[in-house]
Amino acid sequence: MADSRGMVSEALTISSHRQGQPIPKILLMGLRRCGKSSICQVMFHNMQPLDTLYIESTSRPAATVFSSFIDFEVVELPGQTNVTDGWNDDIEKLFIESGALIYVIDSQDEYINSLANLHSIIIHAVQINPQINIEVFIHKVDDLSEDFRLDAQRDITQRVTDELLDDGLLNVPLSFHLTSIFDHSVYEAFSRVVQKKLPQLATLENLLNVVCQHSGIEKAFLFDIKSKIFVATDSSPMDVPTYEICTDFIDITVDMNSLYKIDSQDQNAGAKNTGDDYEPYSSGQEGGKKESKPIGSTTRLSNGLIVHLQQMVKGLALVCLMRKESMPKIALVEYNIEFFRNALEQLQQLA
Amino acid sequence: MAGTARRKLLLMGRSGSGKSSMRSIIFSNYSAFDTRRLGATIDVEHQNLRFLGNMTLSLWDCGGQDAYMDNYFSSQRDNIFQMVEALIFVFDVESKELRKDIETFVLCLRNLYEFSPSARIFALVHKMDLVVVEKRQDVYRALMHSLEDTSAMFSFKVQGFATTIWDESLYKAWSNIVCSLIPNVGIYQKHLQTFAEISEVDEVILFEKTTFLVLSHVTSSKSPGFESDSTRFEKISNIIKQFKQSCNKLRSQFQSLSLRGSDCSAYLDSMTASTMIMVVMANKLVTTGTGSEEAESGVVDLLENDDPFSGEAENNIILANIKIARKMFEKIEHMSLDG
Ligand SMILES: Nc1nc2c(ncn2[C@@H]2O[C@H](COP(=O)(O)OP(=O)(O)OP(=O)(O)O)[C@@H](O)[C@H]2O)c(=O)[nH]1
Ligand SMILES: Nc1nc2c(ncn2[C@@H]2O[C@H](COP(=O)(O)OP(=O)(O)OP(=O)(O)O)[C@@H](O)[C@H]2O)c(=O)[nH]1
Ligand SMILES: [Mg+2]
Ligand SMILES: [Mg+2]
Repeated sequence: MADSRGMVSEALTISSHRQGQPIPKILLMGLRRCGKSSICQVMFHNMQPLDTLYIESTSRPAATVFSSFIDFEVVELPGQTNVTDGWNDDIEKLFIESGALIYVIDSQDEYINSLANLHSIIIHAVQINPQINIEVFIHKVDDLSEDFRLDAQRDITQRVTDELLDDGLLNVPLSFHLTSIFDHSVYEAFSRVVQKKLPQLATLENLLNVVCQHSGIEKAFLFDIKSKIFVATDSSPMDVPTYEICTDFIDITVDMNSLYKIDSQDQNAGAKNTGDDYEPYSSGQEGGKKESKPIGSTTRLSNGLIVHLQQMVKGLALVCLMRKESMPKIALVEYNIEFFRNALEQLQQLA
Repeated sequence: MAGTARRKLLLMGRSGSGKSSMRSIIFSNYSAFDTRRLGATIDVEHQNLRFLGNMTLSLWDCGGQDAYMDNYFSSQRDNIFQMVEALIFVFDVESKELRKDIETFVLCLRNLYEFSPSARIFALVHKMDLVVVEKRQDVYRALMHSLEDTSAMFSFKVQGFATTIWDESLYKAWSNIVCSLIPNVGIYQKHLQTFAEISEVDEVILFEKTTFLVLSHVTSSKSPGFESDSTRFEKISNIIKQFKQSCNKLRSQFQSLSLRGSDCSAYLDSMTASTMIMVVMANKLVTTGTGSEEAESGVVDLLENDDPFSGEAENNIILANIKIARKMFEKIEHMSLDG
């Protein structure tokens, strides 16, 4: 069914514009069957990872508009795209409009071919746009052992940087991520990609630091609810299990909330459980229609850990971890979160 | 009967139909994904579980390979089919030998008729995820139709469920199976009803703590209209069970959840040593403004609506009510000893 809410909408036009300006793009490239469409479907269209088996090969560029704290557009280019011939003008334009280029490598396959392909793409892309971040996703690592993953990452990093050195390219903004659609790694990697392109990142991090320090919060993430990309986190160290419990908590909050929606007129909406609608709750323009409250939730674990979620502006949620010991200060926590929300709203209006 | 709170459940069905998978998901905290690692069951695997205080569920997971099956119906016959409280027969929708599967089912009935004539019979038409959505109902109906006829021949009444490990349907089936074995389920229901009336909430659900199977639920007659999704109870089982696994990854256990949703608030917490309770209340309808407020005044409005203390007071009343009800439910739990 089409996603009518417009949070993430598909557009096959390569150039979406907003108020005259092109929306910043993130390019997804890589050889055939490396998993580009799967990443897009799982992250932005709620597809179950196992269902990606049935995705058909992409033959034309496909775009997904992602609209959250900032808007951007993820454009998948077909696997066989050869950057050095064919539709040169188009690709040049794409490179100019893109802030990041994600190159996906299938780690379960021989990756030598894709390294040659990646190399020629990097050369081409940085010539046209030296600012473009090259983000290499070493993908499908779910079937590899921990040792093997690290070996693969070391090997790929070495080869790519060596080759660039040979060409005298020293300062290419290049990062490597181990990813899989079957766990949280792809969300984390995508979050890192988006964060680098966020002009407000430093401000957000500072705000989060302040909130944490003054409310006994151990760790706080600002998440985009629908895609589970985290837009920012405070500067305390992050460990994977903590991050995972936060993303899982978004899932259960959204799922539970959608089970207890009161649909006044819309009968057939009851059966689906997709949690589609996390638009800005404060859109007062809807006039007579009921205005839904920002959602919030809290869970307690046996080891004294407390996870607290509070919906913010524009489909964002603050998810924070606290200890039982700091719970007497809950009113303070809520007060500080409110402060954060107001700051966010102001940031948004500036943007 | 007194003292024998052990309930024997037979899990039967062809090899690969999914018996061990469902057992591991419901009773051993596996995720659906984890079941791909399960090997074929050798002979019979026994699993004994404490359930609701004084009851023990004794699961007999009978490996479905032919060599074992033959034994069940010959040398092991009385051992297998004696004292059975419930037969859970799992049909694989992908099976190429449906006729043979039905024959096995009939053999089970024949032996139960002889050794455990009061056993309850459940047929799970399983792996429904592999059938296209439009055909699921037909596939299920067709199979159940033939099972009902054969069951009647042995004066059994078969209860059927269409299931898959990939959604909540598995929880619905197992909740029904398990509840049919609890003698006090009616008492739970009655007290839950009273609880709902006294605390004036819109919905109350009682879960078993480790499996998260639904034991009982009550929806107020004045409920505000979230009941369009009748599968919500098993969906909650599924959602919370998955979150419990996330908590286990942190080497911790899930304790409670409170949700301040867009239309309703929900509170989920321990009831007794082996049950959890979830309470749902619709949010008080806040009359929305005329729509004339500008952005600035909107901020103030939100602050007022979201006063940290307004929800708290309501929550405290619920908490107090749960505390009182806890004693009552602990009593019922101990009663099941003499069920
Ligand atoms: N094991 C594993 N398989 C994956 C992962 N991501 C994608 N796949 C599988 O890889 C296959 C190809 O995925 P697609 O997303 O269609 O690949 P693509 O890059 O879009 O391919 P083209 O459109 O042909 O260029 C599918 O069968 C996916 O199920 C992953 O993280 N792990
Ligand atoms: N698609 C699908 N696969 C399932 C489902 N349930 C179980 N399976 C898969 O079926 C396979 C066999 O499942 P088991 O639970 O080991 O089968 P079993 O009935 O215990 O088999 P025996 O022990 O040999 O009698 C596993 O790989 C499961 O992942 C389901 O609902 N849908
Ligand atoms: Mg594709
Ligand atoms: Mg088995």
